[in-house]
Amino acid sequence: MAMLSFERKYRVRGGTLLGGDLFDFWVGPFYVGFFGVTTAFFSILGTALILWATFQGPTWNIWQINIAPPDLKYGLRMAPFNEGGIWQIVTVCAVGAFTSWALREVEICRKLGMGLHVPFAFAFAILAFVTLNVIRPLMLGAWGHGFPYGIISHLDWVSNTGYQYLHFHYNPAHMIAASLFFATTLALSLHGALILSSTNPAKGEPVKTAEHENTFFRDAIGYSVGTLGIHRVGLLLALSSVFWAAVCIIISGPFWTRGWPEWWSWWLNLPIWK
Amino acid sequence: MNIIMKYKTSFVALLALAGLTGCWERPPIESVQTGYRGTAMVELNNPRLMAAQQAANVAPQPAPPAEAGGPLASAVFKNVQVLGNLSVAEFTRTMASLTSWVAPTEGCAYCHKPGEGLEADTLYTKVVARKMLQMTQAINVENKAHVGSTGVTCYTCHRGQHVPANTWVNAAASTKSAKFLGVESGQNRPSTAVSITSLPYDPFKTYLSGSADIKVASNTALPAGNKKDVPNAERTFGLMMHMSDSLGVNCTYCHNSQAFDKWSVSTPQRVTAWHGIRMARDINNSYLDPLNSVFPANRKGPTGDVAKVNCQTCHQGATKPLLGAQMAKNYPAMYSPAPATPLPVVAQAATPKK
Repeated sequence: MAMLSFERKYRVRGGTLLGGDLFDFWVGPFYVGFFGVTTAFFSILGTALILWATFQGPTWNIWQINIAPPDLKYGLRMAPFNEGGIWQIVTVCAVGAFTSWALREVEICRKLGMGLHVPFAFAFAILAFVTLNVIRPLMLGAWGHGFPYGIISHLDWVSNTGYQYLHFHYNPAHMIAASLFFATTLALSLHGALILSSTNPAKGEPVKTAEHENTFFRDAIGYSVGTLGIHRVGLLLALSSVFWAAVCIIISGPFWTRGWPEWWSWWLNLPIWK
Repeated sequence: MNIIMKYKTSFVALLALAGLTGCWERPPIESVQTGYRGTAMVELNNPRLMAAQQAANVAPQPAPPAEAGGPLASAVFKNVQVLGNLSVAEFTRTMASLTSWVAPTEGCAYCHKPGEGLEADTLYTKVVARKMLQMTQAINVENKAHVGSTGVTCYTCHRGQHVPANTWVNAAASTKSAKFLGVESGQNRPSTAVSITSLPYDPFKTYLSGSADIKVASNTALPAGNKKDVPNAERTFGLMMHMSDSLGVNCTYCHNSQAFDKWSVSTPQRVTAWHGIRMARDINNSYLDPLNSVFPANRKGPTGDVAKVNCQTCHQGATKPLLGAQMAKNYPAMYSPAPATPLPVVAQAATPKK
């Protein structure tokens, strides 16, 4: 793929975390680097293992393919290859590939002299995965507590895991996380609508600027967070939602085994109205 | 580190808030797998809570066995309507045991009025006790599908109290006077009957004395004549909350939430529970409701009905009442001697164990 004429000056040497000049090259539009190599290694190995497990399994129906974690009896040990061992290696590959990708983003940021906000944000997505399939299984003492790799099967896992606490909507951290997810979409849609409205004025009118955008929200709600600020708000809301989602599943099991509704008895027992 | 120092107060406040709210649990947590790997068909148990449950569910030692032989109770005592086939020794042993299970403080006088003959039915408690013995026998003989060979005794529910700690009566009508305060529809109160959720708090009247259909899963799409409605689903959810709480288990103890209604993906425990629901209905309608004229007003609920049983009455938070302690087998009185219409299985089970 051809490079755009002005791109050449941004494609600078250096800024790598590991490997120095050895991996400091591009393949077409893609920067490789040491972590590009490890990303490729883990993702190819992981995908191959998923294909192998599917080949062993009963179906090639994309919805029903299921690579399940080991039985609980294997605890935190390695399980036999075809009885959850594949899941364990795929999990290692997934964590390796996701982390490599994040570090590759860090290297690109360093080359460009940018902040690390993008890899930082991606790290929260990795955190969500690691929380579910590494940290929580470790805390509960068995890899079998991880979710299976499969479109329908992982949804079945989510459903049963929720019903283990009778009514998951009573999980306090789940409440916060879900509220933040909705707040994120609200903020994004307001922002998107504002930008489109100011860049699509009535026929014959000039495109409006940030002053118009600020004035709209000052008129509407008395305050405008500003053009840079809205992106800070968006990042904060999005990352907070993922953080609280991780909290809500970590507390389910390791720190609470009963129904989530029962957790709220502290509220009902407050001396104000008890 | 700097960040932690900077937000030290926030961290401390957050920890304090977490400490104030709820009694959190902690690892290690024990888990039992009940389905195929990766389906999350798992029971999570806190070993510290399990130890407390163990301590709270110790069955009393059985009374020393009665000497064999001797005359029958019916030949010696008057007005023995249920246990007449027992020997006098076994009969008095049973009376002493059930007194210690139900009225350990008052003793015999709780049912037999002092100064009157033992045969007198003056006190309502004695009439109730007789009916309860018949009920116990019916549970142990006719409901093997639910109680298995473990069976129940008076102690299973009573635990040394006159009235079992966990019973239910019909809920009083809502006292809300103004419609603009919202229509309660028998829900939105954090009732312990439904694990302090906002679900309908009186599912028992519908399902445990009434026999409404509990299955609410629909097999048809909405426009194709789906008759299942949300109020029924919520009432069912309320009953299921009660069952979970009563047994100290979660939904996946019986159901695979992939398809709640499908027996093929459910656990064997669901079959036992299905029989248990029918048993509770039978107990309430055949044994407790008929006692309505016998019980004094102070033993009845706000709408004047007698206290009835639900799962919690026997189970009291354990998957098996008294954690499966084999009490009933030591008391022939807990099994009906001769069922009116003997069925092969029932007749065999009815033989008092020596």
